[in-house]
Amino acid sequence: MPEKKATLLFVNKEREPLFSKKNRKLLSDPMDDNNPITVQVLGICSALAITVQLKPAVVMSISVMAVMAASNVIISILRNLIPNRIRIIVQLVVVASVVILVDQILRAYAYDVSKELSIFIGLIITNCIVMGRLEAFALGNGVWKSFLDGIGNAAGYGVILILVAFFRELFGSGKLFGFQVIPDAVYEMGYVNNGLMLLSPMALITVGILIWIQRSRNRTLIEKN
Amino acid sequence: MEAYLNLFVKSIFIENMIFAYFLGMCSYLAVSKTVKTAVGLGFAVIFVLAITVPINFLLDTYLLQAGALSWLGSAYADLDLSFLSFIMFIAVIASMVQLVEMIVEKFAPALYGALGIFLPLIAVNCAILGGSLFMQQKDFSGVAESAVYGLGSGIGWLLAILAIAAIREKITYSNVPAPLRGLGITFIITGLMALGFMSFMGIKL
Repeated sequence: MPEKKATLLFVNKEREPLFSKKNRKLLSDPMDDNNPITVQVLGICSALAITVQLKPAVVMSISVMAVMAASNVIISILRNLIPNRIRIIVQLVVVASVVILVDQILRAYAYDVSKELSIFIGLIITNCIVMGRLEAFALGNGVWKSFLDGIGNAAGYGVILILVAFFRELFGSGKLFGFQVIPDAVYEMGYVNNGLMLLSPMALITVGILIWIQRSRNRTLIEKN
Repeated sequence: MEAYLNLFVKSIFIENMIFAYFLGMCSYLAVSKTVKTAVGLGFAVIFVLAITVPINFLLDTYLLQAGALSWLGSAYADLDLSFLSFIMFIAVIASMVQLVEMIVEKFAPALYGALGIFLPLIAVNCAILGGSLFMQQKDFSGVAESAVYGLGSGIGWLLAILAIAAIREKITYSNVPAPLRGLGITFIITGLMALGFMSFMGIKL
Protein backbone atom coordinates (compact mmCIF):
# COMPACT_ATOMS: atom_id res chain seq x y z
CA MET A 1 0.00 0.00 0.00
CA PRO A 2 2.60 2.62 -0.84
CA GLU A 3 0.23 5.24 -2.26
CA LYS A 4 -1.78 5.64 0.92
CA LYS A 5 -0.63 7.54 3.95
CA ALA A 6 -0.68 6.14 7.44
CA THR A 7 -3.48 7.47 9.60
CA LEU A 8 -4.46 6.40 13.03
CA LEU A 9 -8.15 7.02 12.49
CA PHE A 10 -10.86 5.23 10.57
CA VAL A 11 -9.65 1.71 10.25
CA ASN A 12 -12.54 0.01 8.60
CA LYS A 13 -11.29 -1.29 5.29
CA GLU A 14 -8.63 -3.91 4.84
CA ARG A 15 -6.67 -1.62 2.54
CA GLU A 16 -6.02 0.98 5.21
CA PRO A 17 -2.32 1.56 5.89
CA LEU A 18 -2.63 0.64 9.54
CA PHE A 19 -2.56 -2.85 8.14
CA SER A 20 1.10 -2.70 7.25
CA LYS A 21 2.67 -5.84 5.90
CA LYS A 22 3.73 -6.93 9.36
CA ASN A 23 0.31 -6.31 10.82
CA ARG A 24 -1.41 -8.20 8.05
CA LYS A 25 0.88 -11.10 8.78
CA LEU A 26 -0.48 -11.11 12.32
CA LEU A 27 -3.89 -11.64 10.83
CA SER A 28 -3.05 -14.14 8.11
CA ASP A 29 -0.42 -16.31 9.76
CA PRO A 30 -2.75 -17.99 12.23
CA MET A 31 -5.00 -19.02 9.36
CA ASP A 32 -2.42 -21.39 7.94
CA ASP A 33 1.22 -21.75 8.92
CA ASN A 34 0.75 -20.82 12.54
CA ASN A 35 -2.76 -22.09 13.10
CA PRO A 36 -3.63 -22.17 16.80
CA ILE A 37 -5.25 -25.60 16.60
CA THR A 38 -3.21 -27.61 14.14
CA VAL A 39 0.22 -26.08 14.76
CA GLN A 40 0.29 -24.37 18.14
CA VAL A 41 -1.96 -27.05 19.72
CA LEU A 42 -4.06 -24.55 21.65
CA GLY A 43 -7.75 -24.59 22.35
CA ILE A 44 -8.53 -28.12 21.28
CA CYS A 45 -11.00 -28.84 24.07
CA SER A 46 -13.89 -26.79 22.82
CA ALA A 47 -12.96 -27.17 19.18
CA LEU A 48 -14.02 -30.78 19.15
CA ALA A 49 -17.06 -30.92 21.35
CA ILE A 50 -19.23 -28.38 19.58
CA THR A 51 -18.57 -29.28 15.97
CA VAL A 52 -21.48 -31.63 15.43
CA GLN A 53 -23.36 -28.88 13.57
CA LEU A 54 -22.29 -25.72 11.81
CA LYS A 55 -24.45 -23.27 13.72
CA PRO A 56 -22.97 -23.74 17.21
CA ALA A 57 -19.51 -23.85 15.64
CA VAL A 58 -20.05 -20.45 14.00
CA VAL A 59 -21.48 -18.95 17.18
CA MET A 60 -18.58 -20.36 19.17
CA SER A 61 -16.01 -18.91 16.77
CA ILE A 62 -17.61 -15.48 16.98
CA SER A 63 -17.72 -15.65 20.78
CA VAL A 64 -14.09 -16.70 20.97
CA MET A 65 -13.16 -13.89 18.60
CA ALA A 66 -14.94 -11.32 20.78
CA VAL A 67 -13.35 -12.68 23.95
CA MET A 68 -9.88 -12.84 22.47
CA ALA A 69 -9.96 -9.38 20.95
CA ALA A 70 -11.32 -7.79 24.13
CA SER A 71 -9.06 -9.60 26.59
CA ASN A 72 -5.98 -9.13 24.41
CA VAL A 73 -6.64 -5.39 24.29
CA ILE A 74 -7.28 -5.13 28.04
CA ILE A 75 -4.20 -7.12 29.02
CA SER A 76 -2.11 -5.21 26.52
CA ILE A 77 -3.20 -1.92 28.06
CA LEU A 78 -2.42 -3.23 31.55
CA ARG A 79 0.75 -5.07 30.59
CA ASN A 80 3.14 -2.72 32.34
CA LEU A 81 1.08 -2.63 35.52
CA ILE A 82 0.64 -6.35 36.13
CA PRO A 83 3.15 -7.84 38.58
CA ASN A 84 4.71 -10.90 37.04
CA ARG A 85 3.93 -13.27 39.90
CA ILE A 86 0.19 -12.86 39.86
CA ARG A 87 -0.29 -12.40 36.14
CA ILE A 88 -2.16 -15.69 35.66
CA ILE A 89 -4.84 -14.72 38.16
CA VAL A 90 -5.16 -11.24 36.63
CA GLN A 91 -5.52 -12.77 33.19
CA LEU A 92 -8.10 -15.25 34.42
CA VAL A 93 -10.17 -12.50 36.02
CA VAL A 94 -10.10 -10.35 32.88
CA VAL A 95 -11.00 -13.27 30.63
CA ALA A 96 -13.70 -14.49 33.01
CA SER A 97 -15.36 -11.07 33.07
CA VAL A 98 -15.38 -10.86 29.28
CA VAL A 99 -16.76 -14.38 29.03
CA ILE A 100 -19.55 -13.54 31.48
CA LEU A 101 -20.52 -10.65 29.21
CA VAL A 102 -20.55 -12.88 26.13
CA ASP A 103 -22.54 -15.53 27.98
CA GLN A 104 -25.17 -13.04 29.12
CA ILE A 105 -25.48 -11.59 25.62
CA LEU A 106 -25.91 -15.04 24.11
CA ARG A 107 -28.53 -15.96 26.69
CA ALA A 108 -30.43 -12.80 25.91
CA TYR A 109 -30.34 -12.93 22.11
CA ALA A 110 -29.67 -16.54 21.11
CA TYR A 111 -31.02 -18.65 23.91
CA ASP A 112 -31.33 -21.95 22.01
CA VAL A 113 -27.73 -21.82 20.76
CA SER A 114 -26.55 -20.88 24.22
CA LYS A 115 -28.35 -23.95 25.60
CA GLU A 116 -26.68 -26.09 22.96
CA LEU A 117 -23.20 -24.79 23.76
CA SER A 118 -23.95 -25.41 27.46
CA ILE A 119 -20.75 -25.39 29.46
CA PHE A 120 -18.48 -24.68 26.54
CA ILE A 121 -19.06 -20.94 26.64
CA GLY A 122 -17.84 -20.97 30.22
CA LEU A 123 -14.90 -23.06 29.16
CA ILE A 124 -13.64 -20.26 26.92
CA ILE A 125 -12.12 -18.96 30.17
CA THR A 126 -9.73 -21.87 30.34
CA ASN A 127 -9.44 -22.22 26.59
CA CYS A 128 -5.70 -22.44 26.19
CA ILE A 129 -5.90 -20.33 23.06
CA VAL A 130 -6.95 -17.25 25.02
CA MET A 131 -4.45 -17.72 27.83
CA GLY A 132 -1.76 -18.81 25.40
CA ARG A 133 -2.01 -15.70 23.27
CA LEU A 134 -2.23 -13.44 26.33
CA GLU A 135 0.96 -14.96 27.66
CA ALA A 136 2.80 -15.16 24.38
CA PHE A 137 1.70 -11.96 22.72
CA ALA A 138 -0.43 -9.45 24.58
CA LEU A 139 1.94 -9.21 27.54
CA GLY A 140 4.70 -8.00 25.27
CA ASN A 141 3.08 -6.04 22.48
CA GLY A 142 1.11 -2.87 21.84
CA VAL A 143 -2.64 -2.53 21.88
CA TRP A 144 -3.32 -2.49 18.15
CA LYS A 145 -1.00 -5.42 17.43
CA SER A 146 -2.56 -7.42 20.26
CA PHE A 147 -6.02 -6.70 18.90
CA LEU A 148 -4.99 -7.97 15.46
CA ASP A 149 -3.33 -11.00 17.00
CA GLY A 150 -6.50 -11.81 18.90
CA ILE A 151 -8.69 -11.49 15.82
CA GLY A 152 -6.24 -13.46 13.69
CA ASN A 153 -5.87 -16.36 16.08
CA ALA A 154 -9.57 -16.53 16.74
CA ALA A 155 -10.14 -16.60 12.99
CA GLY A 156 -7.63 -19.42 12.57
CA TYR A 157 -9.46 -21.27 15.33
CA GLY A 158 -12.80 -20.56 13.68
CA VAL A 159 -11.61 -21.83 10.30
CA ILE A 160 -10.77 -25.24 11.74
CA LEU A 161 -13.96 -25.31 13.79
CA ILE A 162 -16.11 -24.55 10.77
CA LEU A 163 -14.25 -27.01 8.53
CA VAL A 164 -14.67 -29.84 11.02
CA ALA A 165 -18.31 -28.93 11.63
CA PHE A 166 -18.95 -28.76 7.87
CA PHE A 167 -17.77 -32.32 7.28
CA ARG A 168 -19.40 -33.69 10.40
CA GLU A 169 -22.78 -32.17 9.68
CA LEU A 170 -22.67 -32.95 5.96
CA PHE A 171 -21.78 -36.62 6.34
CA GLY A 172 -23.39 -37.14 9.72
CA SER A 173 -26.84 -35.79 9.05
CA GLY A 174 -26.81 -34.68 5.41
CA LYS A 175 -27.51 -31.09 6.40
CA LEU A 176 -25.74 -27.74 6.53
CA PHE A 177 -26.89 -25.12 9.05
CA GLY A 178 -29.88 -27.41 9.64
CA PHE A 179 -31.02 -27.39 6.00
CA GLN A 180 -30.95 -30.60 4.06
CA VAL A 181 -28.37 -30.48 1.25
CA ILE A 182 -28.14 -34.09 0.19
CA PRO A 183 -31.19 -34.57 -2.06
CA ASP A 184 -33.86 -37.16 -1.31
CA ALA A 185 -33.09 -38.93 -4.57
CA VAL A 186 -29.68 -39.91 -3.23
CA TYR A 187 -31.25 -41.38 -0.11
CA GLU A 188 -33.66 -43.37 -2.27
CA MET A 189 -30.70 -44.87 -4.08
CA GLY A 190 -29.60 -46.34 -0.78
CA TYR A 191 -27.30 -43.64 0.66
CA VAL A 192 -27.31 -43.64 4.44
CA ASN A 193 -26.08 -40.92 6.78
CA ASN A 194 -22.95 -41.92 8.62
CA GLY A 195 -24.04 -41.76 12.24
CA LEU A 196 -20.49 -42.25 13.43
CA MET A 197 -19.64 -38.74 12.26
CA LEU A 198 -21.96 -37.37 14.93
CA LEU A 199 -20.09 -39.13 17.72
CA SER A 200 -17.07 -37.70 19.49
CA PRO A 201 -14.35 -40.03 18.12
CA MET A 202 -14.82 -38.80 14.57
CA ALA A 203 -14.14 -35.22 15.63
CA LEU A 204 -10.68 -36.26 16.74
CA ILE A 205 -10.05 -38.28 13.62
CA THR A 206 -11.29 -35.43 11.38
CA VAL A 207 -8.85 -33.02 13.02
CA GLY A 208 -6.11 -35.62 12.68
CA ILE A 209 -6.80 -35.87 8.96
CA LEU A 210 -6.85 -32.06 8.60
CA ILE A 211 -3.43 -31.95 10.25
CA TRP A 212 -2.24 -34.64 7.89
CA ILE A 213 -3.41 -32.68 4.85
CA GLN A 214 -1.91 -29.42 6.09
CA ARG A 215 1.45 -30.94 6.90
CA SER A 216 1.75 -32.77 3.62
CA ARG A 217 1.17 -29.45 1.85
CA ASN A 218 3.65 -27.61 4.03
CA ARG A 219 6.53 -29.91 4.83
CA THR A 220 8.28 -27.45 7.14
CA LEU A 221 5.64 -28.13 9.78
CA ILE A 222 6.50 -31.81 10.12
CA GLU A 223 7.62 -32.77 13.63
CA LYS A 224 10.98 -34.42 14.04
CA ASN A 225 9.72 -36.92 16.56
CA MET B 1 -24.04 -46.37 48.50
CA GLU B 2 -24.95 -47.98 45.22
CA ALA B 3 -25.83 -44.63 43.73
CA TYR B 4 -22.38 -43.28 44.60
CA LEU B 5 -20.67 -46.30 43.09
CA ASN B 6 -22.75 -45.90 39.97
CA LEU B 7 -21.84 -42.23 39.67
CA PHE B 8 -18.19 -43.07 40.26
CA VAL B 9 -18.02 -45.68 37.50
CA LYS B 10 -20.03 -43.47 35.19
CA SER B 11 -17.73 -40.49 35.64
CA ILE B 12 -14.63 -42.59 35.02
CA PHE B 13 -15.67 -44.59 32.00
CA ILE B 14 -18.87 -43.41 30.37
CA GLU B 15 -18.54 -39.68 30.81
CA ASN B 16 -14.78 -39.70 30.57
CA MET B 17 -13.51 -36.13 30.52
CA ILE B 18 -11.25 -36.69 27.53
CA PHE B 19 -12.99 -39.26 25.40
CA ALA B 20 -16.54 -38.03 25.78
CA TYR B 21 -16.14 -34.27 26.29
CA PHE B 22 -12.58 -33.49 25.14
CA LEU B 23 -11.88 -31.54 28.30
CA GLY B 24 -8.27 -30.94 29.19
CA MET B 25 -7.08 -31.82 25.71
CA CYS B 26 -4.38 -29.16 25.63
CA SER B 27 -2.35 -30.52 28.50
CA TYR B 28 -3.31 -34.04 27.49
CA LEU B 29 -1.57 -33.52 24.16
CA ALA B 30 1.32 -31.49 25.51
CA VAL B 31 2.33 -33.62 28.49
CA SER B 32 1.73 -37.13 27.16
CA LYS B 33 5.15 -37.71 25.64
CA THR B 34 6.41 -39.88 28.50
CA VAL B 35 4.53 -41.97 31.04
CA LYS B 36 6.33 -40.50 34.03
CA THR B 37 5.27 -36.90 33.51
CA ALA B 38 1.81 -38.00 32.43
CA VAL B 39 1.25 -39.82 35.73
CA GLY B 40 2.46 -36.79 37.66
CA LEU B 41 0.04 -34.48 35.94
CA GLY B 42 -2.75 -37.04 36.21
CA PHE B 43 -2.45 -37.27 39.99
CA ALA B 44 -2.31 -33.52 40.32
CA VAL B 45 -5.53 -33.27 38.29
CA ILE B 46 -7.27 -35.89 40.48
CA PHE B 47 -6.21 -34.00 43.58
CA VAL B 48 -7.41 -30.61 42.39
CA LEU B 49 -10.67 -31.91 40.89
CA ALA B 50 -11.57 -33.82 44.04
CA ILE B 51 -11.06 -30.66 46.11
CA THR B 52 -12.51 -27.95 43.89
CA VAL B 53 -15.71 -29.65 42.76
CA PRO B 54 -17.16 -30.04 46.30
CA ILE B 55 -16.02 -26.53 47.28
CA ASN B 56 -17.64 -25.07 44.21
CA PHE B 57 -20.75 -27.13 44.93
CA LEU B 58 -21.04 -25.55 48.36
CA LEU B 59 -20.46 -22.07 46.96
CA ASP B 60 -23.01 -22.68 44.26
CA THR B 61 -25.71 -23.95 46.61
CA TYR B 62 -25.23 -21.49 49.43
CA LEU B 63 -24.17 -18.33 47.60
CA LEU B 64 -24.86 -18.23 43.90
CA GLN B 65 -28.04 -20.05 42.92
CA ALA B 66 -31.37 -18.29 42.72
CA GLY B 67 -32.65 -18.04 46.28
CA ALA B 68 -29.49 -19.55 47.73
CA LEU B 69 -28.91 -16.58 50.00
CA SER B 70 -32.16 -17.08 51.89
CA TRP B 71 -30.18 -18.23 54.96
CA LEU B 72 -29.15 -14.58 55.36
CA GLY B 73 -32.72 -13.48 55.87
CA SER B 74 -35.85 -13.01 53.83
CA ALA B 75 -34.55 -9.83 52.22
CA TYR B 76 -31.98 -11.86 50.31
CA ALA B 77 -34.28 -14.70 49.36
CA ASP B 78 -34.94 -13.68 45.77
CA LEU B 79 -31.36 -12.79 44.87
CA ASP B 80 -29.87 -14.66 41.90
CA LEU B 81 -26.11 -14.41 41.59
CA SER B 82 -25.64 -17.30 39.20
CA PHE B 83 -24.13 -15.05 36.55
CA LEU B 84 -21.11 -14.72 38.83
CA SER B 85 -20.46 -18.44 38.82
CA PHE B 86 -17.72 -18.40 36.14
CA ILE B 87 -15.58 -15.87 37.95
CA MET B 88 -16.24 -17.50 41.32
CA PHE B 89 -15.30 -20.96 40.10
CA ILE B 90 -12.15 -19.83 38.39
CA ALA B 91 -11.10 -17.83 41.44
CA VAL B 92 -11.61 -20.86 43.67
CA ILE B 93 -9.68 -23.04 41.27
CA ALA B 94 -6.78 -20.63 40.91
CA SER B 95 -6.48 -20.10 44.65
CA MET B 96 -6.87 -23.81 45.44
CA VAL B 97 -4.10 -24.61 42.99
CA GLN B 98 -1.90 -22.04 44.69
CA LEU B 99 -2.75 -23.47 48.10
CA VAL B 100 -2.15 -27.04 47.01
CA GLU B 101 1.17 -25.98 45.56
CA MET B 102 2.24 -24.40 48.84
CA ILE B 103 1.10 -27.35 50.96
CA VAL B 104 2.79 -29.88 48.74
CA GLU B 105 5.98 -27.84 48.74
CA LYS B 106 6.01 -27.70 52.53
CA PHE B 107 5.06 -31.27 53.42
CA ALA B 108 6.10 -33.38 50.45
CA PRO B 109 9.11 -31.82 48.74
CA ALA B 110 9.74 -34.97 46.70
CA LEU B 111 6.23 -34.88 45.27
CA TYR B 112 6.64 -31.17 44.67
CA GLY B 113 9.75 -31.83 42.68
CA ALA B 114 7.82 -34.26 40.53
CA LEU B 115 4.65 -32.20 40.13
CA GLY B 116 6.22 -28.76 40.46
CA ILE B 117 5.90 -27.44 36.95
CA PHE B 118 2.48 -28.94 36.35
CA LEU B 119 0.63 -27.50 39.30
CA PRO B 120 0.34 -23.93 37.97
CA LEU B 121 -0.67 -25.35 34.60
CA ILE B 122 -3.66 -27.05 36.19
CA ALA B 123 -5.39 -23.75 36.90
CA VAL B 124 -5.97 -23.37 33.19
CA ASN B 125 -6.81 -26.99 32.51
CA CYS B 126 -10.30 -27.12 30.99
CA ALA B 127 -11.01 -30.38 32.79
CA ILE B 128 -10.97 -28.65 36.18
CA LEU B 129 -13.34 -25.83 35.30
CA GLY B 130 -15.37 -28.28 33.21
CA GLY B 131 -15.83 -30.51 36.25
CA SER B 132 -17.25 -27.60 38.23
CA LEU B 133 -19.50 -26.47 35.39
CA PHE B 134 -20.84 -29.99 34.82
CA MET B 135 -21.43 -30.24 38.56
CA GLN B 136 -23.54 -27.08 38.33
CA GLN B 137 -25.50 -28.53 35.43
CA LYS B 138 -26.12 -31.90 37.02
CA ASP B 139 -27.87 -30.59 40.12
CA PHE B 140 -26.29 -32.94 42.62
CA SER B 141 -28.20 -33.45 45.84
CA GLY B 142 -25.27 -33.25 48.26
CA VAL B 143 -21.60 -32.57 48.78
CA ALA B 144 -20.76 -36.27 48.84
CA GLU B 145 -22.14 -36.78 45.36
CA SER B 146 -20.17 -33.88 43.95
CA ALA B 147 -16.99 -35.12 45.66
CA VAL B 148 -17.47 -38.58 44.17
CA TYR B 149 -18.03 -37.01 40.78
CA GLY B 150 -14.88 -34.89 41.06
CA LEU B 151 -12.77 -37.83 42.13
CA GLY B 152 -14.19 -40.06 39.39
CA SER B 153 -13.60 -37.58 36.60
CA GLY B 154 -10.06 -37.05 37.82
CA ILE B 155 -9.35 -40.77 37.75
CA GLY B 156 -10.86 -41.00 34.28
CA TRP B 157 -8.54 -38.23 33.14
CA LEU B 158 -5.51 -40.00 34.62
CA LEU B 159 -6.54 -43.21 32.88
CA ALA B 160 -6.76 -41.46 29.53
CA ILE B 161 -3.44 -39.62 29.74
CA LEU B 162 -1.69 -42.73 31.06
CA ALA B 163 -2.95 -44.80 28.14
CA ILE B 164 -2.01 -42.29 25.47
CA ALA B 165 1.43 -41.69 27.01
CA ALA B 166 2.17 -45.40 26.99
CA ILE B 167 1.07 -45.67 23.35
CA ARG B 168 3.12 -42.64 22.36
CA GLU B 169 6.22 -44.08 23.99
CA LYS B 170 5.86 -47.21 21.89
CA ILE B 171 4.89 -45.44 18.70
CA THR B 172 8.32 -43.82 18.38
CA TYR B 173 9.49 -47.20 17.14
CA SER B 174 6.98 -47.42 14.33
CA ASN B 175 7.06 -45.92 10.89
CA VAL B 176 4.36 -43.25 10.95
CA PRO B 177 3.84 -41.23 7.72
CA ALA B 178 5.93 -38.08 8.11
CA PRO B 179 3.11 -35.50 8.03
CA LEU B 180 1.19 -37.43 10.67
CA ARG B 181 4.10 -37.67 13.10
CA GLY B 182 3.54 -36.24 16.54
CA LEU B 183 0.28 -34.35 16.76
CA GLY B 184 -1.62 -35.96 13.88
CA ILE B 185 -1.19 -39.55 14.92
CA THR B 186 -1.98 -38.66 18.54
CA PHE B 187 -5.30 -37.24 17.43
CA ILE B 188 -6.17 -40.32 15.43
CA ILE B 189 -5.16 -42.69 18.22
CA THR B 190 -7.23 -40.69 20.69
CA GLY B 191 -10.15 -40.99 18.30
CA LEU B 192 -9.76 -44.75 18.14
CA MET B 193 -9.46 -44.95 21.92
CA ALA B 194 -12.61 -42.87 22.27
CA LEU B 195 -14.32 -45.34 19.97
CA GLY B 196 -13.23 -48.09 22.33
CA PHE B 197 -14.48 -46.19 25.37
CA MET B 198 -17.88 -45.85 23.73
CA SER B 199 -18.42 -49.54 24.36
CA PHE B 200 -18.77 -48.66 28.06
CA MET B 201 -21.90 -46.73 27.22
CA GLY B 202 -25.00 -48.07 28.86
CA ILE B 203 -23.17 -49.83 31.69
CA LYS B 204 -25.14 -49.47 34.86
CA LEU B 205 -24.49 -50.89 38.27
